[in-house]
Amino acid sequence: MTEKRRQYIGIACLVLGLLFIGLGLLREEQLTVLKKAAAICLECIGIG
Amino acid sequence: MKNKENTINKGPKKGIRLWVQIIFAALTNGYVNGFIQSKIYTGPTKAVCVPGLNCYSCPGALGACPIGSLQAVISSRNYQFSFYIIGFLMAMGAFCGRFVCGFLCPFGLVQDLLHKIPVPKLKKLPGEKYLKYLKYVIFVVFVMLLPMFAVNIIGQGNPWFCKWICPSGTLLGGIPLVAGNPDLQAAIGWLFDWKVFLLVSILILSIFSYRPFCKFLCPLGAVYGLFNPISLYRLHLDEDKCVDCGICKKTCKMGIDPRKTPNSPECIRCGDCVRACPKGAITKGLVNGKKSKTAACTGACASCAGSCAGKSDLKEKFKN
Repeated sequence: MTEKRRQYIGIACLVLGLLFIGLGLLREEQLTVLKKAAAICLECIGIG
Repeated sequence: MKNKENTINKGPKKGIRLWVQIIFAALTNGYVNGFIQSKIYTGPTKAVCVPGLNCYSCPGALGACPIGSLQAVISSRNYQFSFYIIGFLMAMGAFCGRFVCGFLCPFGLVQDLLHKIPVPKLKKLPGEKYLKYLKYVIFVVFVMLLPMFAVNIIGQGNPWFCKWICPSGTLLGGIPLVAGNPDLQAAIGWLFDWKVFLLVSILILSIFSYRPFCKFLCPLGAVYGLFNPISLYRLHLDEDKCVDCGICKKTCKMGIDPRKTPNSPECIRCGDCVRACPKGAITKGLVNGKKSKTAACTGACASCAGSCAGKSDLKEKFKN
């Protein structure tokens, strides 16, 4: 595979990733992340 | 005449990576009050992911861990898939691949520092060839499938990777919080013991072997590694300059041969091979559209007598 083709695939993945982030924001997934991250995660720290 | 090697661009100095790691870890874990009062930050930036494996239950964390967040979203009742986190991983991976592991991950920094302890080092662990695939299994099973499908009666799952494996959560979140909170101290049990045992094992192994967690267990490294071959920030091997001395392979602590796979999924873009190459054949940076293969043979070189099959790199090797 040429560098040019790799570059196109990389750019396509980057753009798709950014579109996914936008779609996730529209679905308000960030609120689920915030809810989880703003409280002590007992599983993460090994309490269960 | 000035020595040619002295003019070769070796990229950033070795110490710079360590400083980037320290500064980034400090910035993304800058909630000092959390360490003092054994509590965590609860502001709006916690909705935004940081690129590395940085537990959101670390008292200083200002952002969210992408692996923890991914499990939180797909194990919730509302979503079966996370466009937000998968998109974040794709964008970061496509932009810089495992550069994140080399420069922006706090648990990578901890392993790097431990590996600086001057004791005899293990170049390779037994079964390393196969163990490197374990991180992909962990990603699929513990980060995706179990949180998605092993749910309770109301459809709520668990963050299986965080709960059973993640040593970053134990080190950055568990130990500082438990140390300063009597209620949490009263609640610890065998799960905490298991996670501390796992953490200590990985930390001890890190002294002797370079980044064992990143090589074998990290699901975040597995995802970013998949993007390494196509990421925009990448290594470039100039085959015209390469003299096949093998110094890059000997230098690489991740066990890669940059001559064969400069953008291997295992490469954390540390830049050791770039600095080690005596001919400046390896560079790193954003893609420039050049072909990585050598230019066609001009026919000017007679020394290969046709054995180069059209590759002009032999000409350069004979020259050097």
